[in-house]
Amino acid sequence: MMNFELPKDIQDLKLGVRDFIDNEVDPRSMEIEETDQIPQEIIEQSKEMGLFALSIPEEYGGLGIGMIGKVAVSEELGRTHNGYTTVIGGHVGIGSVGIVELGNEEQKRKYLPDMATGERIGAFALTEPSAGSHAYNLKTTAVKKGDKYILNGSKHYITNALIADVFTVMAVTDPSKGPKGITSFIVDKNTPGFVLGKKEKKMGLHGSHSAEIFFEDCEVPAENLLGAEGQGYTNALKILANGRAGMAARNLGSCDKLLEMSLDFAHMRIQFGKPIFEQQIIQHYLAEMAMETEALRSMTYRVAWMVDQKMNVIKEAAMVKLLGSETYNRVADKAVQIHGGIGYISEYPIERFYRDARITRIYEGTSEIQKNIIAAQLHKKYA
Amino acid sequence: MNIIVCLKQTFDTEEKIVIENGAISEDGVEFIINPYDEYAVEEAIKLRDEVGGEVTLVTVGPDRAETALRTALAMGADRAVIVNDEELFGDQFTTAKVLATVLKDREYDLIIAGNMAVDNGSGQIGPRLAEELNIPQVTTITKIDVDGNKVTCERDVEGDLEIIETTLPVLVTAQQGLNEPRYPSLPGIMKAKKKPMERLDASDLNLDPAAVQSPTVVEEIYLPAKKDAGKILSGDLADQVKELVQLLHNEAKVV
Ligand SMILES: Cc1cc2nc3c(=O)[nH]c(=O)nc-3n(C[C@H](O)[C@H](O)[C@H](O)COP(=O)(O)OP(=O)(O)OC[C@H]3O[C@@H](n4cnc5c(N)ncnc54)[C@H](O)[C@@H]3O)c2cc1C
Repeated sequence: MMNFELPKDIQDLKLGVRDFIDNEVDPRSMEIEETDQIPQEIIEQSKEMGLFALSIPEEYGGLGIGMIGKVAVSEELGRTHNGYTTVIGGHVGIGSVGIVELGNEEQKRKYLPDMATGERIGAFALTEPSAGSHAYNLKTTAVKKGDKYILNGSKHYITNALIADVFTVMAVTDPSKGPKGITSFIVDKNTPGFVLGKKEKKMGLHGSHSAEIFFEDCEVPAENLLGAEGQGYTNALKILANGRAGMAARNLGSCDKLLEMSLDFAHMRIQFGKPIFEQQIIQHYLAEMAMETEALRSMTYRVAWMVDQKMNVIKEAAMVKLLGSETYNRVADKAVQIHGGIGYISEYPIERFYRDARITRIYEGTSEIQKNIIAAQLHKKYA
Repeated sequence: MNIIVCLKQTFDTEEKIVIENGAISEDGVEFIINPYDEYAVEEAIKLRDEVGGEVTLVTVGPDRAETALRTALAMGADRAVIVNDEELFGDQFTTAKVLATVLKDREYDLIIAGNMAVDNGSGQIGPRLAEELNIPQVTTITKIDVDGNKVTCERDVEGDLEIIETTLPVLVTAQQGLNEPRYPSLPGIMKAKKKPMERLDASDLNLDPAAVQSPTVVEEIYLPAKKDAGKILSGDLADQVKELVQLLHNEAKVV
């Protein structure tokens, strides 16, 4: 029989996370926005709760809750300040998935337990000035010398770079082979020749910081090679695909929150002697927001389920990332419209969601690139 | 050390009370751990982590109360007991008797209850239970230290601080200020479902419901009368004073 209900323990996880988010994080979202900092107590509490362990299997000190569990918790995280959400999302998504999925036993034992407690934060470093959507056009090189690789080059826009301890880095080991000449490495921030650049100022996601990083004859021990030489680009695609359901789930949470706030507001705001909800056009906006959010929910959990069944999700992961970010942007736009002026004023959270929504169509693969991936999958049997 | 926590599931403090057919409606209501009992749970876990032992939760209440027990297990308590037999539900007299029956054959050193439940607000369960078990009690504590057999509590007495020394076994009731309850961790929530939950009824307890029947009779339940909107006087100040005096005499009839 088909069953759309979440397992009881996952429902309990969701409720537990919602309680924490509603009482501890959300009341401080204005402060996060203004100071561009997540209060340290909140980070510590989140670590104690186990929120940094979402992707990590039980045997390495994680939760072992599968993609369904991770998506359910991520949905709750999406309901509050997206900067906070991204600090955790970057770590539990692209920041740690590489080691979980592709690391050897020794690497997992070395890194994962500390990443589960949040003592070590993970980041993912693919993008370079020359390599955005054209992600394999990397200029960072890794040259083998004895039992080390010497890395030279730079990365930018790297989420959590300033607070991360462990980086999954893609670099070129054989320039003659294109995508097949890329290799991935685990790089500790304390490695000699690893240099942090400046924090990048941005439109939204305050409290979550991205930065440049530089490799200046950075000596990475050969044992830190992730997977095999030449597999780096495939690895990066796998890591990104895995992150996509989680990102969709965070966007789903934000949509749900915006719908809730808009619905409340529409019933409260009186114009022409009655709540604006009584205007049919406002009802229709809300109906569309609700329908799109529900469609996103269905697809997000289905893709998560497919991941847990070990099914191939290249196409579906791209679809859900695309649907999630585009839906979030449409929902945020309607939320601003329903709120009117207050939706544009920074004392209220709506404009913050509106700005934070924008990046979701760009990072972890732009909307255009997701469409390319979907089309390539559709075209496969004709090729 | 064996620590018992008496816990009640109550309405969320933000819920609106609706009366339907002479009873408080539970339709669509969210339930929580009684906030004072949450302090009790937190303190019990902290003491257990300090000196070792086990934390056992006990509640008398309907099946839905298991959710509150699961939350407390997720916070870190070790086991839970629920008496979910409707025949054993009643007033504070009944509940204290039932709790005493549950506890009389168990080992306990310290019993922690909430100072009161936010629903009925009687504050009687802790003191009654201590009497039933014939052990000392310290109510409304804001601090507790256990050193071997010696227990030192601070209690809040209407703004003053009282320091009381006693010995185990003892029953204490938790007051606001005792601690800051933790949120259940995600691993805690996952583990909670595997922790033992004992479900007991009158026959398991060898208890005759008639013997503990509630002596309280509820005649009627009603909400406090709605307050009418206030009256705002206006006009010349001297006239306002005159009008006010008149109103106090003739309308409010308070002077
Ligand atoms: C806040 C933030 C955080 C980030 N975090 C990380 C991180 O942690 N790690 C990391 O590695 N990277 C990160 N990135 C980088 C991000 O993934 C890239 O910015 C993104 O992939 C787009 O690359 P680009 O900026 O170079 O844009 P470009 O690739 O230059 O794209 C410009 C435009 O051209 C379009 N375009 C390009 N090629 C095609 C094509 N073939 N077909 C159709 N349209 C095309 C794009 O869709 C886009 O609309 C982050 C970026 C930001 C802004």
